[in-house]
Amino acid sequence: MNTIATVKIAVNALSINKMRSGLTMLGIIIGVAAVIAMISVGSGAREQVSKQIASIGSNLLMILPGAATSGGLRMGFGSTPTLTFDDAKAIGTEAPDVAYAAPLLPGTAQVVYGNQNWSTVITGTTPSFFDIRDWPVESGVAFTQRDVDGATKVALIGKTVKENLFGDEDPLGKIIRIKKIPFKVIGILSRKGQSPLGQDQDDSIYIPVTTAQKKLFGTTFPGMVRMITVKANSSSALKDAEKNITALLRQRHHIPAGREDDFSVRNLTEILAATEQAAKIMSILLGSIASVSLIVGGIGIMNIMLVSVTERTREIGIRMAVGARGWDILMQFLIEAVVLAVIGGCIGIMLGIAGSWLISHFAGWEIAISPMTILLSFGFSAAVGVFFGFYPARKASLLAPVECLRYE
Amino acid sequence: MPSFIEVENLVKIYRMGNVDFHAVRGVSLAIDEGEFVAVMGASGSGKSTFMNIIGCLDKPTAGNYLLDGQEVASLSKDKLAGIRNKKIGFVFQSFNLLQRMSALQNVELPLLYNGSPVKDRKIRALAALKSVGLEDRAYHRPSQLSGGQQQRVAIARALINNPSLILADEPTGNLDSQTSIEIMTLFKRLNKEHGITIVMVTHEPDIAAYADRHVYFKDGKVVKDE
Repeated sequence: MNTIATVKIAVNALSINKMRSGLTMLGIIIGVAAVIAMISVGSGAREQVSKQIASIGSNLLMILPGAATSGGLRMGFGSTPTLTFDDAKAIGTEAPDVAYAAPLLPGTAQVVYGNQNWSTVITGTTPSFFDIRDWPVESGVAFTQRDVDGATKVALIGKTVKENLFGDEDPLGKIIRIKKIPFKVIGILSRKGQSPLGQDQDDSIYIPVTTAQKKLFGTTFPGMVRMITVKANSSSALKDAEKNITALLRQRHHIPAGREDDFSVRNLTEILAATEQAAKIMSILLGSIASVSLIVGGIGIMNIMLVSVTERTREIGIRMAVGARGWDILMQFLIEAVVLAVIGGCIGIMLGIAGSWLISHFAGWEIAISPMTILLSFGFSAAVGVFFGFYPARKASLLAPVECLRYE
Repeated sequence: MPSFIEVENLVKIYRMGNVDFHAVRGVSLAIDEGEFVAVMGASGSGKSTFMNIIGCLDKPTAGNYLLDGQEVASLSKDKLAGIRNKKIGFVFQSFNLLQRMSALQNVELPLLYNGSPVKDRKIRALAALKSVGLEDRAYHRPSQLSGGQQQRVAIARALINNPSLILADEPTGNLDSQTSIEIMTLFKRLNKEHGITIVMVTHEPDIAAYADRHVYFKDGKVVKDE
């Protein structure tokens, strides 16, 4: 007995009782649609996290000053300013596995242009910073090493600052006042979007670190910076870079062996990888909850197939009398179950895609439907058909022909 | 040379709960090729059980059964299905046609299970329907046919694989006397012209009269053979 004939018989048998077949399929349809919608939402969330990782730049390390302890009171990281601009320079030039290092000296200030004013974060840094963050200047130019050396009063402004201070006006070459000190706008940074913590990264101004130290914020000791950001050569070099930086800074800060570091090196990528992992777990969780409904649908198939086998006992008897072997009967009912599941699966895939699209449209969530997901749910629904169809089909195939023919 | 059908000390015991029910108690019988045998007896006499065993639908509890020189009692279920398919045609009292299929598809059914090419099936099924005079009813469903026509479709189905044995279980039990005569005439013709061995269970003496040999069952045993 060939497969095409068996499939035809199966479709024929299923079309006898359309209402019942439709309701049985519904379980699989809902299951597959749910799996696709949930996985799409889950992987959408993951993609968003990956994008955020890309937005802060990859292979990043952050160096913060150490914690101060005074009279048993521990003050937390950054309480003792120990890092200097020279540390950053030394890391950038001497530490192996490090591509760039840039010092950061941020502060908040009121910025005035004409009759507009805006409070924003002003950060002193070096040109390397924009390489570390993969953050190009959209118009104008970035400040250079010469600006850093000369502590010139130039500023790069983010998109949000530009919109708030200048509106439609071209800011290039204009003078803004930060804490009443005039700065010349030499460039506008391209849009960076939100940071993983939800901060608007475009609401910021960057100036040469030396200018920030000497003219804007002042320092508690010469050359002090708040933190140093570092880009390693590659993600595999991150661990080595961390070790080398620690060794270099301990040496520069004259910390004897056995004493604690007066700084700490943090791996930002690791933190974000954890976030990504969380998104992945969520995606798996959603998928598995959805697959429960697929299994419930499978049980529905099994239930209906069992009823069908009982109802058609006489048919089974007739088929056996004219020469059907157990195997033929098994295949007949198994293929019927698989056809049921696969048709349900196909409809479910279409509904799932439509559903994901609706979610993204109305909830505004990012979704990602991969062909892999579709293939997987198709295969899964066929497997459900085989798994839950096997028991009823086997039951049918083991029936004794005499008893089937006697069955009323 | 052994007979076409040769049973020896056939015993069939059904277990019903704790009670053994002896349906057939030691039947020995030989039927030659081309015979037309009527099996008679009251209900519960064991004749149906005997027919099921002869038809390879059931296995005996004890005893031997040689069909066409082949020992059948020990064969596997799948082998028995193969024998039913190729050597035996069944005709039942209640016709046993599949209601959802046309007459043609019903007749084709046995061909589905022996790997006949798709093209052949229709030709052969139409020929079989023609031989029972129903070629113009090929695409009717059983429910659109009269009882006599349904039984003729069933006979066409029994004939499709050119069997050497036809087993009929009260083939006229659901038919009026006029149609019964038609069906019996058809059996007689198949027996005489094609030399097909026919074993038929019946209650009615006038139907049994078409057969050449009468075997009477009582309490699971053959009591008369003439």
